[in-house]
Amino acid sequence: MPEYAKFTEDMIKTHTILVPDMLPVHFKLLISIFENAGYKMELLQNDSRAVVDEGLKNVHNDACYPALLVIGQFMDALNSGKYDPDKTALLITQTGGGCRASNYIHLLRKAVDKNYPQVPVVSLNFSGLEKDSAFRITVPMFLRLLYAVLYGDLLMMVYNKCRAYEINKGESKKKLDKWQRRLGNIFRTGSRKYLNTKRIYNDILRDFASIKLSSEKKIRVGIVGEIYVKYSPLANNHLEDFLISEGCEPVVPSLLEFVMYCAAGNFNDAKIYDNTTKSSIFNRIGYDLIYHKQKELIRIMKEQGSFEPPHDFEHLRRLADKYINQGVVMGEGWLIPAEMAALAKSGVENIICTQPFGCLPNHIVAKGMSRAIKQDNPNANIVAIDYDPGATRVNQENRIKLMLANARR
Amino acid sequence: MRCKMAKKYSLGIDVGSTTVKTVITDDEGNIIYSKYQRHLSKVKETVTDQLKIIQADHPDDSFTVCITGSAGLGLANSAQIPFVQEVHAAFLAVKKKQPDADAVIELGGEDAKIIFLTGGVEQRMNGSCAGGTGAFIDQMATLLGITADELDELSLRSQKIYPIASRCGVFAKSDIQPLLNQGARREDIAASIFQAVVDQTVSGLAQGRTIEGKVLFLGGPLFFLKGLRQAFVRTLGLDSEHAVFPEEAPVFVAYGCSLYAAETSDAFHIETLIDKISNAKASDNIVTGEPLFASQSEYDAFIDRHKRFDLGYADIRKYKGDAYLGIDAGSTTTKLVLITDDGRILYHHYSSNQGQPLDKIADQVKRIYAEMNPDITIKGSAVTGYGEDLIRSGLSIDHGIVETVAHFKAAAYFCPDVDFIIDIGGQDIKSFKIKNHSIDSIMLNEACSSGCGSFIQTFAMALGYDIAEFSQLGLFAEHPVDLGSRCTVFMNSSVKQAQKDGATVEDISAGLSMSIIKNAIYKVIRAKSPDELGKNIVVQGGTFLNDAVLRSFEKEMGRNVIRPAISGLMGAFGCALYARERASEEGSKLISKEELEGFSYTSRSAQCGGCTAHCQLNIISFGKGRRFISGNRCEKGGGVKVTNKIPNLYEYKYDSIVNTVKKHQPKHPIGTVGFPLALSFYEQLPFWHMLFTTLGFRTIVSDESSRGMYYLGQHTIPSDTVCYPAKLTHGHIEDLLNKGVDFIFYPCMSYNLDEGGSDNHFNCPVVAYYPELLLANNPRLNSRNFLHPYMDLNIRKNVIKVLEKSLSRYNIKGRIPRAVDAAYAALERYQHDVAAKAREIIEQARAEKRNIIVLSGRPYHIDKEINHGIHKLITSLGMAVVTEDSVAHLARTPHLNVLNQWTYHSRLYRAAEYVTTQKDMQLIQLVSFGCGIDAVTGDEVRSILESKGKLYTQLKIDEINNLGAARIRLRSLVAAMEQNG
Repeated sequence: MPEYAKFTEDMIKTHTILVPDMLPVHFKLLISIFENAGYKMELLQNDSRAVVDEGLKNVHNDACYPALLVIGQFMDALNSGKYDPDKTALLITQTGGGCRASNYIHLLRKAVDKNYPQVPVVSLNFSGLEKDSAFRITVPMFLRLLYAVLYGDLLMMVYNKCRAYEINKGESKKKLDKWQRRLGNIFRTGSRKYLNTKRIYNDILRDFASIKLSSEKKIRVGIVGEIYVKYSPLANNHLEDFLISEGCEPVVPSLLEFVMYCAAGNFNDAKIYDNTTKSSIFNRIGYDLIYHKQKELIRIMKEQGSFEPPHDFEHLRRLADKYINQGVVMGEGWLIPAEMAALAKSGVENIICTQPFGCLPNHIVAKGMSRAIKQDNPNANIVAIDYDPGATRVNQENRIKLMLANARR
Repeated sequence: MRCKMAKKYSLGIDVGSTTVKTVITDDEGNIIYSKYQRHLSKVKETVTDQLKIIQADHPDDSFTVCITGSAGLGLANSAQIPFVQEVHAAFLAVKKKQPDADAVIELGGEDAKIIFLTGGVEQRMNGSCAGGTGAFIDQMATLLGITADELDELSLRSQKIYPIASRCGVFAKSDIQPLLNQGARREDIAASIFQAVVDQTVSGLAQGRTIEGKVLFLGGPLFFLKGLRQAFVRTLGLDSEHAVFPEEAPVFVAYGCSLYAAETSDAFHIETLIDKISNAKASDNIVTGEPLFASQSEYDAFIDRHKRFDLGYADIRKYKGDAYLGIDAGSTTTKLVLITDDGRILYHHYSSNQGQPLDKIADQVKRIYAEMNPDITIKGSAVTGYGEDLIRSGLSIDHGIVETVAHFKAAAYFCPDVDFIIDIGGQDIKSFKIKNHSIDSIMLNEACSSGCGSFIQTFAMALGYDIAEFSQLGLFAEHPVDLGSRCTVFMNSSVKQAQKDGATVEDISAGLSMSIIKNAIYKVIRAKSPDELGKNIVVQGGTFLNDAVLRSFEKEMGRNVIRPAISGLMGAFGCALYARERASEEGSKLISKEELEGFSYTSRSAQCGGCTAHCQLNIISFGKGRRFISGNRCEKGGGVKVTNKIPNLYEYKYDSIVNTVKKHQPKHPIGTVGFPLALSFYEQLPFWHMLFTTLGFRTIVSDESSRGMYYLGQHTIPSDTVCYPAKLTHGHIEDLLNKGVDFIFYPCMSYNLDEGGSDNHFNCPVVAYYPELLLANNPRLNSRNFLHPYMDLNIRKNVIKVLEKSLSRYNIKGRIPRAVDAAYAALERYQHDVAAKAREIIEQARAEKRNIIVLSGRPYHIDKEINHGIHKLITSLGMAVVTEDSVAHLARTPHLNVLNQWTYHSRLYRAAEYVTTQKDMQLIQLVSFGCGIDAVTGDEVRSILESKGKLYTQLKIDEINNLGAARIRLRSLVAAMEQNG
């Protein structure tokens, strides 16, 4: 069997690393951190039908939709002729764990190997997978990535709020672009200004608070689900835009929650199974650090007062315990029921759970838990929407419209 | 100015997937006008026509207006007319007309909805699956060659109901087809189809909520089809007071829409509305492809090129000499050829079997006898296809061969060095490669018939065309619509969207042809590039007679292919060639002209008492003691005496697991614990049984799985796309609760036992956490009667600690460590025993010179309701069966290109590696439909096997009890093994 192409030390200078369009707000910031470390990166934005077609061609059709899209997006980009295959590498995230998502990288390699055997695939993971790659995340980089996630989350939250109510159309987008540029520059130049969270948070909050909003009452719709489909407009058929056009306010839980969920899963397993390891100790320390940063963000948002802060993560963990054991750690695991419950409790009673068609963990944690959550929160209006290359927008939007008709009643 | 007495009305327009409904209400909400009309995909035109009719009566009146319906959204947006979601519209109408209703069931063309009105209002509609709707009923009627109304009439005369998969139209088809081919009564099938719709609605939409009280039934199908109504009323146990079928049912939603319109402020004259609708711009988000043919001359060249591949013909009245008969009794069509010694065609026939293949073929043979020159001798005959067994015994055909062999024979006649053959028939796609003149890597569409001929046909009919005319339309379409390449059901909604967006019928026709091809190439064959398939490609099957489909295939592959002019007859032609090869001096034993004169048969059904599987048998008697039995999964039901039993590890393991709890029970139990006979218990039962009996508990397991067991728990299944093994678990839980146990013990385990040689040892998410889902969705379960602690069996101290906590109320703490050790030992004994039995089976098979199949899957695949007796099918072909876990330890993990992180799945890789070292072994992989992880393992197991020259066979299984596809694969495998020596 063939050995796949490796990402070597000298490729750092010569190769452009293509990045899939997963979280548009966050990934732009993450890229600037890698650029500072000497990598060349580009965020892919191709989203034509060809992406899906390439995915269908190159991935087992029963593999899940995110794998199909990410791989399709890469193949479409490589086929476009825009990139020299001898000087291009691909980046894919890998979470590890019992979900088949940990196998995406292998599916991608199989697909690439067929047509572009020279193109290496690098893995972005924090589980110590793929040790033989020159693509490495150092501790200082890790720290910067954490801050980028925090800033990305804040921008996403205030942007979603403002753009639903803004009176001058497009004003929020302008501010978002401005802040992405500004923060991107800080990370790219390696400046240490990013550490000054208090000041930057407040600047962002004040800036967005200055946007003129209408006082109209809108239906607030929470979006939870599989991590890629939840955030990526390519995967969820521009769900946030659709909700805005329907006169709703989309409420999307932060990426940091997923990061903390991963860390907590690790040391929590150690406790459940009496199996403490180096990694579980490391994760505990990391978790405490991140949680400390989350509390800081929440505090500052509360003090400023214009926007609703994210859910306190320890609160989410306690909420989860009512429905499901925190031992459920495959896919988005217990985080999905916890987020649904937290949303319902904080008044966001209309919830869309996005998932790839046939997603294994979501059988348990999403569709499987809706009943229990509705029992506790009789007004919760939860709808699970499946995404898949064949599913049409009409069908998805029709179901969402039904949910909204329920909400308006 | 004529403005006298212009009244204010409200107008509701319901644009469904197949019909347009309009309702006008006056200011008191009374219906003063209504109309129901099929739109045949001409949405805008139909709406405009209806508006014109209204205009004639109300030229001066103004209307508040609103649009609803699944195909109405786009129209409403572009015409800037208010829209209301259709379920909500129904809700408004019900509130007004039937305020005391408790629940509403509405079936439409492509959707099904339930509204619960009392006890917490909930509105639900079907998700991405359109199984069990009007379109489904139309499809099934087409399959039977009748209209929906005729189907309804038939159903009223039914005597029994067959189980038909209710989840999806595609599955139901697979259940119905064998029934048809086996000669089941059409009346009974009709009623079974309606029952399937009811089951689908109840299980798919109710999801745990009981439908009771006063139920209102709405929508076209429920209004027009009496048999369907009866099935609903019967299943839900309603009396006439509680089952309401309102007069205005077909336009009910339009009525609700009109009520909604009454609340809006803007009123229009009809003229303005007509303007708005006709000027509504089609949105530009249809994705289109290139035209199939750029010009007439390109088309002519194409036709000329394909004309070259034709056969010679001879006159059946004049020819003298030997002849050979070939019959292909396909799923929806009947094909038959009679050829001369030198391969010329004397007689050929191709038609729909209309669900009666035996009658159709007997008629044709009669015609041959009538027309044939007396100097022709039929020296041999062969039959293939779904109806092979029936036709063979009914008409005394000499040989029965598997389809793949027949198609290969025929293709090689036209192209001796053919290396790839694809056949698209009415309901199936078959494709395979030819390596060293033998059949290799067969790819069939299982569990899914999207993109097959019958699909286009149903569509053509729905749009009001016949199939030939419809496909011809697509040839010169300018902008074929891209309809995706997935399930039929999804394609339905893609078409719906394209219509909404203003695509023409021509564009849709071309788009459907392209979809079929994309589905075949990327879903069934899964080719990455044309080169992979080979240079010489022969296409066949009735669907390729369609030039648009053929052209789409060539375009997608980027190369020209060979389509013999007898494309639709290739299976039959292959049979005739086979009969010619095998002809002997004795001549054919084909039914004679005289016998055929008095040919008749009777069919009845019975239940086999041979074993606990209780197969539904269909017995057809042809007189003179000749009979044909179908529906049996093993030799017993076939009336054959079983003499030499071929060893089968599936049966051994199954018996061993089921009987586990029969021994080692305590005399004075301290309590009773129940285990569901499902998922991981199919392997770990010896562990838990030993653990709990050592602790002093009596242990019981749930009864063996069956379709009935599935129905028992169906109402607690929250996710209808999870795999069948998981769904069955719900029934087992109900069964244990009914049996009365102190508690059910079902631990959650992220990790399985580490067997080494892998990157990790997870369970799949479903196996790992299913207890959480059971607890959350079965209201009878609580934390006292359902213990589902988290533990890791690799860590003894963890197991002990967790059990101490879980069982604290029994005060047995001190006894736990010893019981845990006994449990580990029991599990090890069981696994050793299985491995030893495997060695014994392999030795016996070798002594008897039998091939050995490693039938690989998961531990729970030994469940008969899950594997549908595939292991017996294998032994009936003369091969011995062992399991993946019984041989996995005999090989090391090979180099893999995937993350090898699940215990059960890593066994597959080792078993495959082992098979490559054994000359007389082949591996067959069982895959449960919906298993996402096998999307990863399947490709990897294939590459391990193929890299060492072994064959890879995958069988996909679900709740469908149809072994047709499995049989084709297995017999082809046998044929290929014989060829390879």
